[in-house]
Amino acid sequence: MELTLLMYIVPSLIMFCCGVYGFITRKNMIAILISLELMLNAVDINFVVFNRYLFPGEMEGMFFSLFAIAIAAAETALAIAIIVNVFRMAKNIDIRELIKMKF
Amino acid sequence: MIWENILIYFVVIPVLTLAGLAVCKNIKQVRAVSIVGASALMVLGVYLLVEFLQLRAAGVADEMLFRGDWMWFESLNIKLSLGVDGISVSMLLLSCVIVFAGVFASWNMDPLPREYFLWFWLLSTGVFGFFIAVDLFAMFMFYEVALIPMYLLIGVWGSGNKNYSAMKLTLMLMGASALLMLGILGIYFNSSADGNLTMNLLEIAKNNAIPHEWQYYLFPMTFVGFGVLGAMFPFHTWSPDGHASAPTAVSMLHAGVLMKLGGYGCFRIAIYLMPHAANEMAWIFLILTGISVVYGAFSACVQTDLKYINAYSSVSHCGMVLFAILMLNTTAMTGAIMQMLSHGLMTALFFALIGMIYGRTHTRDIRKMGGLMQIMPFLGVGYVIAGLANLGLPGFSGFVAEMTIFVGSFAHADMFHRVLTIMACSAIVITAVYILRVVGKMLYGPVYDEHHRELTDAVWHEKFAVITLIVCVAGLGCFPNFFNEIIYDSFSPIIKALGAF
Amino acid sequence: MDFSYSYLVLVLPFVTFLFLGLMGTRLSRKAAGVVGTTMMGITAVIAYTIALDYFFGTTQGQLVDGIRQQLVAWDLTWLEFSEKLVIKLGFLLDPISAMMLIVITTVSFLVHLYSLGYMQDHHHEYEKGLQRYYAFLSLFSLSMLGLVVAPNIFQMYIFWELVGVSSYLLIGFYYTLPAAVSASKKAFIVTRFADLGFLVGILILSFYTQTFDFITLTSDPTAAIATAGGATFMGCSVTAWALTLIFMGGAGKSAMFPLHIWLPDAMEGPTPVSALIHAATMVVAGVYLIARMFPLYCLEEGAMTIITVIGAFTAFYAAAVACVQSDIKRVLAFSTISQIAFMVTSLGVARPELHDGVGYMASMFHLFTHAMFKALLFLCAGAIIHAVHSNEMSAMGGLRKYMPICNIAFLIGCLAIAGIPPFAGFFSKDEILVAAFLNSPIWGVWMMLVAGMTAFYMFRLYYKIFWWNTPNYHHTPHDGPMTMSLPLIILSGISIVAGFVPFGEMVTYDRASHPIHMTMWVAISSVAVAVVAILLATKLYLKENEAPAKMKDAFKGVWTAAYNRFYMDELYQFITHKIIFERVSRPLAWFDRQIVDGSLNMLANITNSASYAVRKLQSGNIQAYVYVYLIGALLLGAITVICLI
Repeated sequence: MELTLLMYIVPSLIMFCCGVYGFITRKNMIAILISLELMLNAVDINFVVFNRYLFPGEMEGMFFSLFAIAIAAAETALAIAIIVNVFRMAKNIDIRELIKMKF
Repeated sequence: MIWENILIYFVVIPVLTLAGLAVCKNIKQVRAVSIVGASALMVLGVYLLVEFLQLRAAGVADEMLFRGDWMWFESLNIKLSLGVDGISVSMLLLSCVIVFAGVFASWNMDPLPREYFLWFWLLSTGVFGFFIAVDLFAMFMFYEVALIPMYLLIGVWGSGNKNYSAMKLTLMLMGASALLMLGILGIYFNSSADGNLTMNLLEIAKNNAIPHEWQYYLFPMTFVGFGVLGAMFPFHTWSPDGHASAPTAVSMLHAGVLMKLGGYGCFRIAIYLMPHAANEMAWIFLILTGISVVYGAFSACVQTDLKYINAYSSVSHCGMVLFAILMLNTTAMTGAIMQMLSHGLMTALFFALIGMIYGRTHTRDIRKMGGLMQIMPFLGVGYVIAGLANLGLPGFSGFVAEMTIFVGSFAHADMFHRVLTIMACSAIVITAVYILRVVGKMLYGPVYDEHHRELTDAVWHEKFAVITLIVCVAGLGCFPNFFNEIIYDSFSPIIKALGAF
Repeated sequence: MDFSYSYLVLVLPFVTFLFLGLMGTRLSRKAAGVVGTTMMGITAVIAYTIALDYFFGTTQGQLVDGIRQQLVAWDLTWLEFSEKLVIKLGFLLDPISAMMLIVITTVSFLVHLYSLGYMQDHHHEYEKGLQRYYAFLSLFSLSMLGLVVAPNIFQMYIFWELVGVSSYLLIGFYYTLPAAVSASKKAFIVTRFADLGFLVGILILSFYTQTFDFITLTSDPTAAIATAGGATFMGCSVTAWALTLIFMGGAGKSAMFPLHIWLPDAMEGPTPVSALIHAATMVVAGVYLIARMFPLYCLEEGAMTIITVIGAFTAFYAAAVACVQSDIKRVLAFSTISQIAFMVTSLGVARPELHDGVGYMASMFHLFTHAMFKALLFLCAGAIIHAVHSNEMSAMGGLRKYMPICNIAFLIGCLAIAGIPPFAGFFSKDEILVAAFLNSPIWGVWMMLVAGMTAFYMFRLYYKIFWWNTPNYHHTPHDGPMTMSLPLIILSGISIVAGFVPFGEMVTYDRASHPIHMTMWVAISSVAVAVVAILLATKLYLKENEAPAKMKDAFKGVWTAAYNRFYMDELYQFITHKIIFERVSRPLAWFDRQIVDGSLNMLANITNSASYAVRKLQSGNIQAYVYVYLIGALLLGAITVICLI
């Protein structure tokens, strides 16, 4: 069975929607971060797949996804650092409780 | 060169004083710098008066003297135009006196004396700039410069419900400025028939190009815009709260000078530039100001806070100013200017005294005071004199101003004006009621609070401020014809414009 | 010598006022008193010189063809309202102003002198604030002199206000006493209210005649009224309105019903002040005002009728109240009101064609004599109060043994006011009755009745003070020091002889000489009425007896009403406090705070709540933002797709 473009795109779309759903509904900051990573990875898959199927001779998509993975790693590290700090200060990472800065 | 014009120094001196204050280190230096600035202004004011009279005596019949124009924004043809006539000269002198007395009245300002005086002088800059400018843009700019410091002066150094009052005052006056800005833009875009738009008052008046249908919109805008500052009913409510919360010298400056900006603007911009609408629409505002006069007086009768009493009395007296301006004849309008001078001095005196009494008794409630005359005779006598001047005793300025207004207003022979005039006349009785009520309760009678017996009378700088103002009030009242003539002559172009519409 | 030196009459009191007012506290109390008295003495001498020169000199054109001229000694422009309406401060000399110069300076000087003795306590210490007292007396003298010599109605108004304020300050001299404070306030406000009428009257008159000048107005009144061009208001001519309103001002100062209520209360002031201001000078300003504008009033029959009716009613009302008062100064105050009403009535009934305008002359004559004998009575009352420390009749009695000078002086005053010949009051009152009978017998009989009442209540007062019974005095009362007795003696002398001044040859409506002719039947009947009244008073009050108390019980209702001054004060109290304060001022203040200010606050509140409502959209919750974004993006996408299809 030949793998088609659609067979990559549909799972990545499902992944992305899961990410969005998680991002909107989860209240735990770690979970939100995971949802964010899910969305990013879904996009990365798309980059690689489109590169492979639409422009087989080029490598930009691959580079771009590698780039995005690197940035995502840095960003996650930063986010985790923030979350850890928040947890130290507030003993809590539920965003419904963290409203002190709002007022 | 701009520096050759004497008028610019009315702005330069306050600005220099501001610069001087910025480098001051302690309260003594602050006082010294302020006194130097105020005295320099006083000297300049008197010098201007002398120069002005000499020029007039030499037969210079221009509408405005000491004219000068300097281009500001080429593309919009906005210039910095200066010039004064008799009315502006009197207003400038009034401001000089009040600023001078105000400096002495805020001798022991606490906390942050330097910052207080900075805002105080910024306010003065705006006031002086407003009176020397003949360019709508410059006038508006200086007007705003004078308004903003008020917010901080009341909000920081005030007493009582000061945040509310400061906010209310600023918002209402800003709302009025918005109307005013619209009006000024409207005037600007209709200022000339041949497309040479100008912001210069004199040129606009000469062109007389504002179409009548436009005047019907622009006149109420500008009149109300300035009328709010002149405490016109029903836009006067900022005044009682604002005055009640403001520190002494700010009340003095506010009632003494800033409220005069309103009256001055009303005739200089609204009436002078739009004579047609002024003639047609005067009746609406006559009713409103007529109400102000009586209403303010009645409201003052039942107040118990000294400053509220005086603020309502200001509403009544400033209502009289606008009322007289709207009578649109020389005598009444001269009376209006006299009333501005007189009310400025009297109210400043009143607020100065109230501030001094409040500083001692720590209450302004007349029910909690009594027999103060025995304890602080100087302040008591000052208060009685201020009161008598306020209720229009001959020999003080109030009488002259009110009589000129009444005689002028009576020159309208129709029923409508007659009734309003007699209504306004009746205010002199009500004024007597509330003034004597306060004097009787607060100064006379037995001592109400035994703790008050330990209070002291005025000290030298307070005496100095009070005496300066009393001398001015009495001087204007005893020799009224001096200013009367200066003002009377200045009205001829305005009356001509009104007659020729 | 021309009259230009007359400015001294105004300048000297003014300088004294300023000197004592500003520097007074540096002087000792006695020195201030002496300075004030001396300066007033000099002023009086100058005023006498002016008046005598005016009446009897010939060099300045005082008399032309037998008619005394109105001379303006000097004037200077004070304020120009417009080309025609100019206020000048000046000095007008004519018979009435010259006469008033004499009256004012005489009484004022004597009061200054008397006060030196009166304003001492028992240890011969001068009272606190004596400098202020003399400063105010000088201010008053200045204002009153300025008022009478005013050549235009506006100058008169200026000084009119100034006498009002001097009166206010002097009534409130004992400012620590609440009664004095409220009395002074009342006096000022009531007269101020009347002055509103005066002011409006001046405005009307000056607008239609285009002048403030008395000479222009009165030398040709017909022409002056004609300038108004027959303008009318509510069916009456504008000049009638103007004159009636001006009379309102006069009625306020002269305490005519219903504006009289301030005068009895004004007795809270020091007694010499009452003698000067509230008996002899200021309160006759209203009479003087009408006299000044008499030619104009003559042309307005309606205004004259109002004056007559108000005058006659007030005379009766005040006399009725005076019959039952127990405070001696109040009796004198009501007697003053009644006597001034005599003068007002006399002007009201006067017409140029009636017996050469005798009413005018009589009024001025009575003003002159009354000033003297009423000042005398008040100063006597002051001496009595000084001696017994009370105003109440019940604390007095039998004083003739202790205070002989005062007794004689008071008796002379009473005889003068009762109209017994040859005392001064007889002549002037007799002329008033003649004028009243000439106008209409009704007024004649009415005024004669009031004259009888006058004699009755004055002798009631006299007997109650000097006879009746003798209570136990803590200190033995005695006559005052020489400074107090001397003015009494001088005024007694004047009260005896003043009636023989040939007033008819000096002060008449047209300033020509019209010698007085006695009308015998009026003179005899008025004396008869007075004698009967005095006998009645003697019968009732000479010795302590039960008759007065029985009478009081018999007419309980009338007595109580009269004692409470027919509840006029309560009525005013009701109007001012219950209606003006409670029903006008308080609701207005409420309206201002709640409605006018409230609507602005509401504007602010609406803005505020709108911002709070909108604020919810910016929750800061990123998840909500993403959600909204997502929905929006999907919607947009859907719309795009639908459109493309």
